[in-house]
Amino acid sequence: MGNPVLRTEQLKAFYVLDIHGDQKIVKAVNEVNLEIQNNEVYGIAGESGCGKTTLLKALYGAIEPPLRLIGGKVSYFVDGEELEISSLNSEQKRQLRWEFVSYVPQGAMSVFNPVIKLKETFWDFIDSHVAGKTRQEAFDIATGQLRYLGLPIELLDAYPHQLSGGRKQRIAIALAALLSPRIIICDEPTTALDVVVQRGVVQLLKEIQGKLKNSIILVTHDMGVQANVADRIGIMYAGKIVEEASTETIFASSLHPYTRYLINSLPRFGDKATRESAPGNPPSLSDLPDGCPFHVRCPYALDICKSQMPPTIEVDSSHKVACWLIQEGDDGKAS
Amino acid sequence: MEKLLEVDHLTKIFTLGNIVSRVRITAVDNVSFDIKPAEIFALAGESGCGKSTTARIILGFERPTSGTIVHKGKRDQKEKTEKVWFSEGIQAIFQDPFGTFNPLRMVDRYFFETVQHFKLAETKDDAVVLIDQKLRAVGLSYEEVTCRYPSEFSGGQLQRISIARALLTDPILMIADEPVSMVDASIRMSIVNLFKKLKENFGVSVLYITHDLATAYYVSDRIAIMFRGNIVEKGPVEQVLMDPKHPYTKLLRESIPEVDPNMRWSESVTLIDTEQEEYLRKGCKFAGRCTMVMDICKSVVPEDVYVDGVLVKCHLWNDSGTQIAAPDSSMDQ
Repeated sequence: MGNPVLRTEQLKAFYVLDIHGDQKIVKAVNEVNLEIQNNEVYGIAGESGCGKTTLLKALYGAIEPPLRLIGGKVSYFVDGEELEISSLNSEQKRQLRWEFVSYVPQGAMSVFNPVIKLKETFWDFIDSHVAGKTRQEAFDIATGQLRYLGLPIELLDAYPHQLSGGRKQRIAIALAALLSPRIIICDEPTTALDVVVQRGVVQLLKEIQGKLKNSIILVTHDMGVQANVADRIGIMYAGKIVEEASTETIFASSLHPYTRYLINSLPRFGDKATRESAPGNPPSLSDLPDGCPFHVRCPYALDICKSQMPPTIEVDSSHKVACWLIQEGDDGKAS
Repeated sequence: MEKLLEVDHLTKIFTLGNIVSRVRITAVDNVSFDIKPAEIFALAGESGCGKSTTARIILGFERPTSGTIVHKGKRDQKEKTEKVWFSEGIQAIFQDPFGTFNPLRMVDRYFFETVQHFKLAETKDDAVVLIDQKLRAVGLSYEEVTCRYPSEFSGGQLQRISIARALLTDPILMIADEPVSMVDASIRMSIVNLFKKLKENFGVSVLYITHDLATAYYVSDRIAIMFRGNIVEKGPVEQVLMDPKHPYTKLLRESIPEVDPNMRWSESVTLIDTEQEEYLRKGCKFAGRCTMVMDICKSVVPEDVYVDGVLVKCHLWNDSGTQIAAPDSSMDQ
């Protein structure tokens, strides 16, 4: 189906820690199946500590100890050819990075080298990925990009500390989009920014996606931002994608009790009715309960939830959910 | 109605730079508001608008350049006994729950320290009873907290622990500076609901300082919107946020992403370069970004006018409460 650019199959990435001889396994990404289509914004939402960032690292092929790829695979589709990233060597990975897939890490305001001007950062970057450019040509590419995205070009002469957080975040995104990658992975790009600045960053992301017609994987816990940008949303809980559907479906008729807590707990203007958060705390990824990891917090938990992990079923072709309350072909609500 | 705390014409000027090039930033500019018993008052605005400085002055961490803070009829707290009396009635909760507690000290020591400082209990057993009672008010218990280090709790739990600690002295007012901004969105509501519960069950007033207008709308009774040191709009939360009058409040309100994929942003926003530039602006500080700007805005500071009981600091509104039509030329900007 469709035109995928990235696919994962039963992806498992665990942190394996060795503490004084005791092995501790943190199951951060556990059997994740994703298929990101070309020209879409895919949102991943969930609480902190649910494995969102680790999933992104695995998607980007940046698995380093103590994080280990336990099973499954991640494939990119480069010009119609399927490439499995664990089979690539580091030089091949380096070539794909920024040209095919780029990554804006969390707290992008601190990714710049603080002692060099931003144009030097751009130069380092262009020099290592586009062969045979002179400094002047590289500078032209950089100014062209900033102009294209409506950012002032004087910024190139500034040091990172002279810019506000929102500015730095937008430059980091501009840098990630410089080589027109097919996939841009953004980890919490709007967290820690003011509302108006957040809106500016969201605007920039939409603009880039509109111009490049590429795919953006957007991780943020802010459901408001997800509602505004994403085309499809995957809800992550304790290392698993528990529900996946189009943004409209997630907000209007989500089925998993956790998704419903996430959405119903958000305050809305014009409605002061009491809203409740999901009870309890997220489970520790190194000590997951048996069965469905949400059953300890779920008010609808059945006996089977305590012993067996529910399979992911397709409610319809674009709506997947992993919950024992939902049966195949069910369109109803969780009772 | 009786006022719990009255902030009157508070001004704080910070001087930046050296002796040759000196910049005076008015971080808090003639700010006045009051808090009534059993009321949640929100002070909202973006970072760098002076809301935290206001809280720091109220708590006595910072001396105001001018203006007064009257707490239950008392003006200043010069003597030590008065300071203790003051902090018994007013307790604070801060933004970063991980920064509030020393990672090398057990959490319960903060509770015993507070009990000792305010002489709240005679014996250790009495103290434990009191601490347990306060922890239960926030959904925890003494057994869960005792002999544990901050790293053993989640951010949401630590924030509730710091609220429980603040409750020890039975304060009449809590000053909460961005209490939920570091807490995960999914458990944010449990903290906000706690403030609601404290207000309804124990009559505790809260000065809720936040940039999150959605929770401010949800929890508070009245709200003041701050922008570059000034309160630009103040009134009942329903009126201010559902029918904003000041263009800045409108911008803020529109910038909150709606939790509805059918209500996406269509217009684009202009972002500013530096805060300093706006602080040093003559006239209305928002004139540089306002879509309704008039010539007068660039030179004259607007007066406070009251429109249906809502304070608005904008040239678009006049004393009789009518909106002055903006000139046509600026409408299409």
